[in-house]
Amino acid sequence: MLVLVWQLGASIASTGTLPAPLAVMSVIGAEARSGALFVNLAATLARVAASFMLAMALGTALGVAMGRNKSIDRLCDPLLIVLLNLPALVVIVLAYIWVGLNEAAAIAAVVLNKLPNTAVTLREGIRALDESLDEMARVFNLPLGAKVRHVVLPQLAPYLAAAMRSGLSLVWKIVLVVELLGRSNGVGFEIGIAFQLFDVTRLLAYALPFVALMLAIETFFVQPVERHVSRWRPPHGA
Amino acid sequence: MSRAGGRRMELEVSIARKALRTASRQTRVVLHDVAFSLRKGEICALLGPSGCGKTTVLRIISGLDSDFEGRVVLPSPHRIGMVFQEPRLLPWRSVAQNLCLVGSSSENDLAEIVAALRLSKHLDHFPGELSLGLARRVAIARAFAVKPDLLLLDEPFVSLDAALAAQLREELLALVLKRTTTTLIVTHNVEEAISLSDRIIVLSAAPGRILADRTIEAPREALTGGRAAKMKKEIRSLMANASS
Repeated sequence: MLVLVWQLGASIASTGTLPAPLAVMSVIGAEARSGALFVNLAATLARVAASFMLAMALGTALGVAMGRNKSIDRLCDPLLIVLLNLPALVVIVLAYIWVGLNEAAAIAAVVLNKLPNTAVTLREGIRALDESLDEMARVFNLPLGAKVRHVVLPQLAPYLAAAMRSGLSLVWKIVLVVELLGRSNGVGFEIGIAFQLFDVTRLLAYALPFVALMLAIETFFVQPVERHVSRWRPPHGA
Repeated sequence: MSRAGGRRMELEVSIARKALRTASRQTRVVLHDVAFSLRKGEICALLGPSGCGKTTVLRIISGLDSDFEGRVVLPSPHRIGMVFQEPRLLPWRSVAQNLCLVGSSSENDLAEIVAALRLSKHLDHFPGELSLGLARRVAIARAFAVKPDLLLLDEPFVSLDAALAAQLREELLALVLKRTTTTLIVTHNVEEAISLSDRIIVLSAAPGRILADRTIEAPREALTGGRAAKMKKEIRSLMANASS
C-alpha cells in the first residue's frame, strides 16, 4: 500500500525529488554488494545499541534514586528539566566541542539526550510502587534479590517498556544527527553526503533499510518481551 | 491434650502508647496501655469495634510499625506468617509461585497446606483470576507456607458470605490445631472470636485499651451452646458499655 502511494507520487514528481521504488532498490542492491551498506548499518546499530543501553542503565539508576530519595530528587530535578528541554543539537555540538570529534563524545551526546526521559519515566514507576506489597515482602522476610525480581521489577515493567520504546526511536534518530555532524561512517554520515549531492535516491537507500531494521527489532524483540511480562493481565475488552 | 501445655512465652506485647499524627498536625492516640503475652500454641482473638487500633497492634507486632512507645518481644529467630485484610498476592505470579516464593516449607508440607485449603485445582491460576474467597485461601496458605512460629490474621473472613466464612474458618482451624501454631486473629465479629479462639482480648473504641482478657476453659467444639451464648452476651455488653 505504502509502496503503491510512493510509486504513484514518484510518477507525478520529478526523479530528483522522489525516485521510484525500483531505483532505490537498485541503489540498495549496489551498496549492499559493495559492502558499504552493511558497514554503515553496523556502525550505526552499534552506536544505537551502546547509547541505548547506557542511557537505559544510567537513566533507570537515576530515576530509581530520585523516586526513592527526596533530596536526590530535589537536587537533580532542575538538571533534568534543563536536559529535557535542551535541544538535541545543542548537546551534540557542545559534546563535540568539549570532548572532541570522537566516538565517546558521540555516544555521550546521545545518552544525554535520552537519559532524562528514562529517568523521569522510572521515577514515576518507583513512586507508583504498591506499598502494601512492599509490606508483605517485609513481613515475609523476602531476600532482596527475590523482592527485586518478584515484587519490584514486575511493577516497573510497564515503565521500563515505555522508556525502552520511546527510547529506541529517539536514540536512533539522534544517532543519525550525531553521525551527520561529526562521524565519518554510519547511516547519518551517508545521508549527510546524499544531502550535499541532493541525491534523494541514495538518502532513501540508506534510510529505509535502517527503518526496516528498527521495525524488526520492535516487532521481534520489544513486543514479544512486553507480551511475556504482561501475560498475567486478563485480556482487555474480552 | 492441653494446647497451652508449654510455659514458653511466644509473644510479649506491651504498648504504652501509640499515637498518629494527622494531616492537620494534631496527634491522635490510637492505643493506650495494651499489654498481653501469648503462650506457644495459644489461639487468641483480638476483638474490638472498627477503628479501635486492632490492625495497628498487628502492624506493631509484625514490625511494620516501629513508631510506638513500648516493646514487642519475640523469640529469635522467629518466622511470622501474616494474612492481611486484603489478600496482597503478587498478581504477576501464579498461585503456586506465590506460595513457593515466601516458603521454607518442603514440597510435601506445601501440598498438605494446599490440599487442606482446597487449592489444588488453582495452582496455575493468576490471582486476578480468583474469587475473593479463593484469594483469601491463597493468602492463608502463604502464611502457613513459611512455617510460622506466629500467625497473624487481620479480619481474614471479612466480606465473605456467612457459609463461605464458616467453611474457611474450619479449614483454618484444622491447620492451626494440627501445627499448634501460636495465632493472633483480629476481628470485630464476636461469634467468630468465640468459635475460633481459646482466649479473647477485648479492646475498647479508640483510643484502644484492653477491656477484658478472657481465657475460654473448654474452647470451640467443647464449648456448649449455653456457655457460648453467655460469653457472647457478656462481651457484647462490655463493648456496649465502653462505647456509651
